[in-house]
Amino acid sequence: MRKWKCCSFILALGLWQLLAMAGALGRTPSPVDVVKGLYDLIVTGLPPGYYLQWHLLASLERVLIGFALAVVLAVPLGILMGSSTVFDAVLDPLVEVVRPIPPLAWLPLAVIWFGIGLFSAAFMIFLGAFFPILLNTITGVKSVDPCLVEAARTLGARRQTIILRVLTPGAMPSIVTGLRIGIGIGWMTLVAAEMTGVRSGYGLGYMILTARDVARYDLVVAGMVVIGTVGFLMDRMVKYAEKRLLRWM
Amino acid sequence: MDVENGGPVVELRSLYKSFTEKKTGRELQVLDHLDLEVRRGRFTCVVGPSGCGKTTLLRLIGGLEAPSSGEVLFEGSKVRGPGPERGMVFQEYALFPWRTVLRNVTFGLSLKGIPHREAGARADEYLETVGLTGYEDLYPRELSGGMKQRVAIARTLAVQPRILLMDEPFASLDAQTRNGMQEFLVQLWRRTGTSIIFVTHSVDEAVFMGQKIVGLSKRPARMIKTFENDLPYPRNRTAAEFTGLRARILEYLAVEMLR
Repeated sequence: MRKWKCCSFILALGLWQLLAMAGALGRTPSPVDVVKGLYDLIVTGLPPGYYLQWHLLASLERVLIGFALAVVLAVPLGILMGSSTVFDAVLDPLVEVVRPIPPLAWLPLAVIWFGIGLFSAAFMIFLGAFFPILLNTITGVKSVDPCLVEAARTLGARRQTIILRVLTPGAMPSIVTGLRIGIGIGWMTLVAAEMTGVRSGYGLGYMILTARDVARYDLVVAGMVVIGTVGFLMDRMVKYAEKRLLRWM
Repeated sequence: MDVENGGPVVELRSLYKSFTEKKTGRELQVLDHLDLEVRRGRFTCVVGPSGCGKTTLLRLIGGLEAPSSGEVLFEGSKVRGPGPERGMVFQEYALFPWRTVLRNVTFGLSLKGIPHREAGARADEYLETVGLTGYEDLYPRELSGGMKQRVAIARTLAVQPRILLMDEPFASLDAQTRNGMQEFLVQLWRRTGTSIIFVTHSVDEAVFMGQKIVGLSKRPARMIKTFENDLPYPRNRTAAEFTGLRARILEYLAVEMLR
């Protein structure tokens, strides 16, 4: 199976290279150009002295802060909304109206609230990750078998115990799904947010923007490859955590 | 208040329960002014056609439902919600899937504030009682239906309830396992002396285990008749007295269904 998984990848790369060498792709770089571009980004940096590693680190920092904030707020709120019909009825309309607003639409406000820089980018991430985590947590809590709640009650559990020791663990599979979707959307949001400007001059989105401005399309694609790979790795990490955390499933 | 052996542990007084149908807004009567007295230490079975309100009856005693009128008394005082002194065992086992067998059994113990170690030791005891020593670290999904139900019984017994309320606990087991579980439960009851109310739609099951068999009519349920069953334990399903009693109850229920 593993062999076959690589197969489509190699095939696509080969075809891409051939087309590029035949001159059919115009200014689109070939895979070899992209690899060279990656090397340039690591050794020379873009702009020179601004190395890929630092761009990556800056982006990860923003992701981590925004994502952590989203988890810390969305999970407890989701548990409250999932377990209390009153809470749900009060907050649901607000959530449903705010949720469809794309994080990028918040950027102007984010800039006047947090200035250009780490926190407004982290805020974008937060917005991207918050709603998938919230909604999945609510769904998870609501889908806990009511029989388990009744069993807990007959064993002497009160409301607080039920929330903490029945609803929360019961919702965990759904919460973890929310985390996976959340970090994915957060990561995508971040790159877009960075493309609209960062003060420090670091960030993968910002780097791609710079590459476009100097017409280095090899570096644009190299940046895309890094973003894709890191996104993939983050997803794998959450998936691994899921496996460890949810052994009972 | 008489809490000696043989005194009433549960009393239902003119118990009436109805639900409002969500779609039509119609009132659906489930229990119609039921009176019943359950004596301490006895094994009582409740039988009746499916949908007749047997489960509702048990849930009212367990405190998971509130009566529309009338009252449920447990040891002389009015039931106002669930409590560990009335242990419930559900048809669907209701084990916490994220907890191991052992930690399922310690759940109720830790709620009582029993320290971790002691709770573990006590859980081990009850797991031994239900014959599941060695399975402590498995998760519920790794167990068969019969084993799951035994864990659920151990979990309920561990908090030392004064009555065991069982809602068709063996209904989703295959016939073989089911017979085994019935024998197991009778032995357990004879050893511990806990009062048991056991709801089932199987007359055979009721006659095999119960000392008193309460037949409910179809909905809305009025209690129709109680049968005393003095056959000695362990009971023989093929004995003439057994099949005779079984036939009498079945006949009664059949007549009731036709009314």
